[in-house]
Amino acid sequence: MAKGIRDKVAILGMGCSKFGERWDAGPDDLMVEAYIEAMADAGIEPSQLDAAWFSTHVDELGTGKGGTPLSIALRLPNIAVTRVENFCASGSEAFRGAVYAVAAGAADIAIAVGVEKLKDTGYGGLPVGNPGTLAPQIIPNGSAPGNFAQLASAYRAKHGVSREDLKRAIAHVSVKSHANGAKNPKAHLRKAVTEEQVLNAPMIAEPLGLFDCCGVSDGAAAAIVTTPEIARAMGKRNLTLVKALQLSVSNGYESQYNGWDGSYFHTARIAAGKAYREAGIERPREQISMMEVHDCFSITELVTMEDLFISPEGQGWRDVLDGFYDADGGLPCQIDGGLKCFGHPIGASGLRMLYEMYLQLQGRAGERQLKDPVFGMTHNLGGAPASNVCSVAIIGQEGA
Amino acid sequence: MVGIAAWGAYAPRLRLSRKAVTEANAWVAPNLRAKAKGERSMANWDEDALTMAVEAARDALGPDDDRSAVDAVYFASTTAPFVDRQNAGIVAAALTLEKAVASADVTGSQRCGLTALGQALAAVKGGAARRALVAAGEHRRARAASSQELDNGDGAAAFVVTAEGGAARFLGRGSVTDDFVDHFRGADSDFDYGWEERWIRDEGIVKLVPPAIRKALEDSGLNASDVTHFCFPSTFPGMAASLAKTIGIAPEAVRDNLALTLGEAGCAHGPLLLAHALEQAKPGEVVLVAQFGQGAEALVFRVGNEVGNARPARGVTGSLADRKGEDNYLKFLTFNGLVEWDKGMRAEKDNKTALTTLYRNQDMILGLVGGRCRETGVVQFPRTRISVAPNNPGVDTQEPYRFAERKASVLSYSADYLTFSMSPPNHYGMIVFEGGGRIMMDITDVEPGEVDSGLAVRMVFRIKDVDEKRGFVRYFWKAAPDRAAMAGDSALAAE
Repeated sequence: MAKGIRDKVAILGMGCSKFGERWDAGPDDLMVEAYIEAMADAGIEPSQLDAAWFSTHVDELGTGKGGTPLSIALRLPNIAVTRVENFCASGSEAFRGAVYAVAAGAADIAIAVGVEKLKDTGYGGLPVGNPGTLAPQIIPNGSAPGNFAQLASAYRAKHGVSREDLKRAIAHVSVKSHANGAKNPKAHLRKAVTEEQVLNAPMIAEPLGLFDCCGVSDGAAAAIVTTPEIARAMGKRNLTLVKALQLSVSNGYESQYNGWDGSYFHTARIAAGKAYREAGIERPREQISMMEVHDCFSITELVTMEDLFISPEGQGWRDVLDGFYDADGGLPCQIDGGLKCFGHPIGASGLRMLYEMYLQLQGRAGERQLKDPVFGMTHNLGGAPASNVCSVAIIGQEGA
Repeated sequence: MVGIAAWGAYAPRLRLSRKAVTEANAWVAPNLRAKAKGERSMANWDEDALTMAVEAARDALGPDDDRSAVDAVYFASTTAPFVDRQNAGIVAAALTLEKAVASADVTGSQRCGLTALGQALAAVKGGAARRALVAAGEHRRARAASSQELDNGDGAAAFVVTAEGGAARFLGRGSVTDDFVDHFRGADSDFDYGWEERWIRDEGIVKLVPPAIRKALEDSGLNASDVTHFCFPSTFPGMAASLAKTIGIAPEAVRDNLALTLGEAGCAHGPLLLAHALEQAKPGEVVLVAQFGQGAEALVFRVGNEVGNARPARGVTGSLADRKGEDNYLKFLTFNGLVEWDKGMRAEKDNKTALTTLYRNQDMILGLVGGRCRETGVVQFPRTRISVAPNNPGVDTQEPYRFAERKASVLSYSADYLTFSMSPPNHYGMIVFEGGGRIMMDITDVEPGEVDSGLAVRMVFRIKDVDEKRGFVRYFWKAAPDRAAMAGDSALAAE
């Protein structure tokens, strides 16, 4: 097995724009906002950047293809810019590119920037995409909530959980994230909600109501990475190091072979297992200090608790209801509000998750600060349960 | 002797209450209250003449999906989705018929369903075909508050014609052709334009139909009194009985024209009445079916000894039983494109179809054909060069495998209120098939609360999308509750 990425790369600085309905800002403005914060945090000049990775998902809204939108918006010094896109996991993909370039020695300092400007469609929810020429002739006329909602029916069937219990558990997922998001000045949705509000919200895709769905937001996030040696030479202390970076991609097993029962993410289990091995983590439920997972929908977060081997299979809903993932629980999840409330500008989300884990590890999370975190995990998913890409990343303290 | 070896029928599940229509329109057309009795069949938004004909044809052909013996296919309709793209070719592709099949669209008159059947009988009799499939389907549009809206129904019937024809032996045919324009629909018109009813009845039906019937009886070597089942669709009350009296057919031979239960399904209605008669007739009885339309067509059959064995799984009898009452007239208007409604921005997506992609994947899209690995037996959809089997991904080991007639059930689903649907919420989910394979697909003919994991479903051929900009209709398969299987289950449970 490959030696892996553990402790080879340090995060030098990060930035994140305010997420939300940014009627005032185009994609360029959002990228600049995240970039200026990250550069100030890193304490470097543009001339010190060797290479950039740029993630954005929705072509149709005009952020642009290729590397030029980033290079022009940030006036980068004609360095390499690679545009990456891997559905909603695009931000993690940009981070992976930058980290690997540094680990390979091809770049001393690299930057990853993710952005999405979603609120230029004229309607709520994600833009209706263009799935090509074959897919629209056979795939259902569906939406993201409709695809993810299917986890619920399959989970109920597999584990014998009643509609009411599961609905209440996923409601708690959202109540918890709203409580967390209320403490985050950069979050899109900053109001606490009650379980009753969540349960009685308009139905979007059965059984997911409005509050079971994450915010559709504008935003950008950025990470600047280098080697631990260079970071130390620059005078940085208390380094945040990359411990694991894994990506698992569906190959049709879930969607075409009768092996998968529809209640979990096949890829997440593979990526999580590899990430723990890469980071040297044996007891994730005890060792992981906090995590940001891809809570595009409440049911996604619930089954992910099992896919990451934190909750035993079939018991995730009980842990959720017990408050294990609340801010004051055993393993705080979505401490920044998550996709649910911080928001979900697709190309930026993976980097936004890392941003919160980084702030927490640096002790700079303000009102949300957790006590002495050691390992922060991010789980960033793209696609749909039956066919997806799943990134699991772990960052942590030096020496951990 | 040439004749009918098998038949099938289809009526959409929804039945629109005529009272709901007449009450809604009473302010403008109070006279229509006289037509408030009974119900009419109402196509779901994703059904048209062609999809209904495919369902009737599947009913006639039975569950065996080896249909290689069919060597001719006739599709009859005056409401075919395409004016210039052979509709029978779409039927053939949906049924995975051989490419060497002969095919024709028969259209242009309300009697074209029987014309197609007559042509199939002649082709088999003459040796040009050995096993011919005839499918007639109709989905007529009518203006809101018109009497046609109340009289019409949607439906389809199909027949398999062979040299043996064990279910019903063909005895004779009579035709009259006369350009009597009782109504017409121009090439660019959506709706019929009709003349005065009394004239149609007295100068049209009364004068033009009897000669066709007499010719058919003469051709058969029978007297009118020999007829035991007389099928004649007409929206004029008592028309069939009156014709029977004129011709000398016994009054008890006149069959129910299904006006109160289905409405009149245009060119498919004569075929539907024939199918219904075969479901109730005894061997040796004589069935005469005739239909009017710029002249008339009449066919005579003697019911064969095999009629009981040939009875289809659904037929007209099953179609009548599988019904769901619909009181929402606005839904009917919306499904039929008679209301300009706010579909929302999500409906603005371009539904242009890549014809190259469609042709390259024709058996997948129109025939629901996937693949089976020759080495592992693993079944999958779609067929791919590298097999999906996780531990044995063979290369180029896939042979075609048909899914359309396989039993299936719901693994996971959602009812989606966000996405655009002509009939929200849009249900869809992962469908798993007995024998292997799974497809994420739309689920149709369901109401909220009806679907859950484990629901038994069957495949139905439906409209996937309509490209209104270019006038193209996309077809694909969907899952619908297998109500027959569920009824079987509950019967077992009761035991």
